[in-house]
Amino acid sequence: MSSYVDERIVLTGVGLASPNGNSLGEFRESLLNGRSGVVAYETRHMGAVLAGVCDFDALAHQGRREVRRGTRSGSIAIYCAHEAVADAGLDLAERDRSRVGVFLGITEHGNVETENEIHEISQYDYDTSVWSHHHNPRTVANNPAGEVTLNLGITGPHLTLGAACAAGNAGFIQGAQLLRLGEVDLAVCGGVSESIHTFGIFASFKSQGALASHEDPTKASRPFDADRNGIVVAEGGAICTLERLPDALARGATIYGEIVGYAMNSDATDFVLPDAGRQAECMRLALDRAGISPDDIDILSSHATATDQGDIEECRAIREVFGDRESLAVNNTKSFIGHAMGAAGALELVGNLPAFKDQIAHATINLDRLDPECGLSQIVANAPRSLDRAEYILNNSFGMLGINSVVIVKKFKADG
Amino acid sequence: MVADEIRRVILDILSRIQPDEDLSGLVDEVPFREQLELDSMDFLDIVMELRKQYRVQIPEEDYEHLASMAGTISYLEPLLKDVQSPV
Repeated sequence: MSSYVDERIVLTGVGLASPNGNSLGEFRESLLNGRSGVVAYETRHMGAVLAGVCDFDALAHQGRREVRRGTRSGSIAIYCAHEAVADAGLDLAERDRSRVGVFLGITEHGNVETENEIHEISQYDYDTSVWSHHHNPRTVANNPAGEVTLNLGITGPHLTLGAACAAGNAGFIQGAQLLRLGEVDLAVCGGVSESIHTFGIFASFKSQGALASHEDPTKASRPFDADRNGIVVAEGGAICTLERLPDALARGATIYGEIVGYAMNSDATDFVLPDAGRQAECMRLALDRAGISPDDIDILSSHATATDQGDIEECRAIREVFGDRESLAVNNTKSFIGHAMGAAGALELVGNLPAFKDQIAHATINLDRLDPECGLSQIVANAPRSLDRAEYILNNSFGMLGINSVVIVKKFKADG
Repeated sequence: MVADEIRRVILDILSRIQPDEDLSGLVDEVPFREQLELDSMDFLDIVMELRKQYRVQIPEEDYEHLASMAGTISYLEPLLKDVQSPV
């Protein structure tokens, strides 16, 4: 078996569905122009809430029968996977599809379908004989990745990575690792979320005192702001094609960037409260693996979700690792679209990739009054910032049960 | 419901299961699976819809009677004779 352990891993295609764009071009334009994707939204039992809602065309790559049979996260994943493969200039019919893998991060899966079925049987006096036979294939944890393989005829491995809100990065990490293990030649990977279709996630955040509210939906998601009051839940997905560099070069692929470092670790401290110390360790571990120092990072795509303690802890971790270096640009995508859960880390990374070309760090919007307890001077507040250098992006993604993930992407240079 | 009404009910269910299929040429005596892309899960959707809409419990050993439109109508006619047509 060939060894690919030291192969460079490059990102060659992007597909996404975001509340403010259905392609990387649209998404980037929204991020540079301050366009939010958060709207008023009705959810079962709770009525009016706020959410990041996608409007991609699910029928672009699925028949209506397929949409009906599958899940929302499956549809999001299929849309994003198709767009990524097309963007990469790949024709899967020409590939050995047993050497293609699908690896998708998820925060949760199955709540939507379970709530739907409970609602349905409640209309029949809880007669369980009307519980759908589709429930199990829709709720198995591998569902969205499995739906992608069914749709695209991919016969290599597929997995979802349950990693709470650190999951988007986890999909990329899994893809890179299996490319280096030689298990696959093409990784279709990233993260997806259908979470706005379960009332439970809204209700739980509300009970926790962590659900955002604002009279203007577009201003509700406000990480680092003194007046932030919680999370806006969003749906969406971002999927990339990853390849080993020689394969990408051999077919003349366009290369968005190179994954040079990654890390995951665990706080082992609390179910929900984050831990700045472990987050800092995770960032340092990714930097070490990339063989670079904190001073090399130009854009730090933050995880901050606009919860009180979460934002403070991440800022503390960033300060610990990066100090007060003014040339660092810290931005935040959730301020535009809300928290896309399993898709968040993936969307947040890909939305920053165009910075390698345009040398612009998109902003963190809705930052009217920086919370002194966050106190990061490097946050790109409300308007994009032109950078002198855009060589490295570090993407933070953290989640409940103390799971942390960091991915570092470098601007592609053939000579390294 | 009489035979024609039951046929319309089944066509309505099939149109929801197979929204992209043209059902206008469906031949009643030919098995569904020879005319439509209908797998076992789709077939169970027919059984489930009948259970939900008309509270008809069809035992598994009787599924063979539902292979075609003609068989389905014959099987359901006595079970639905006292049920009001929805259309």
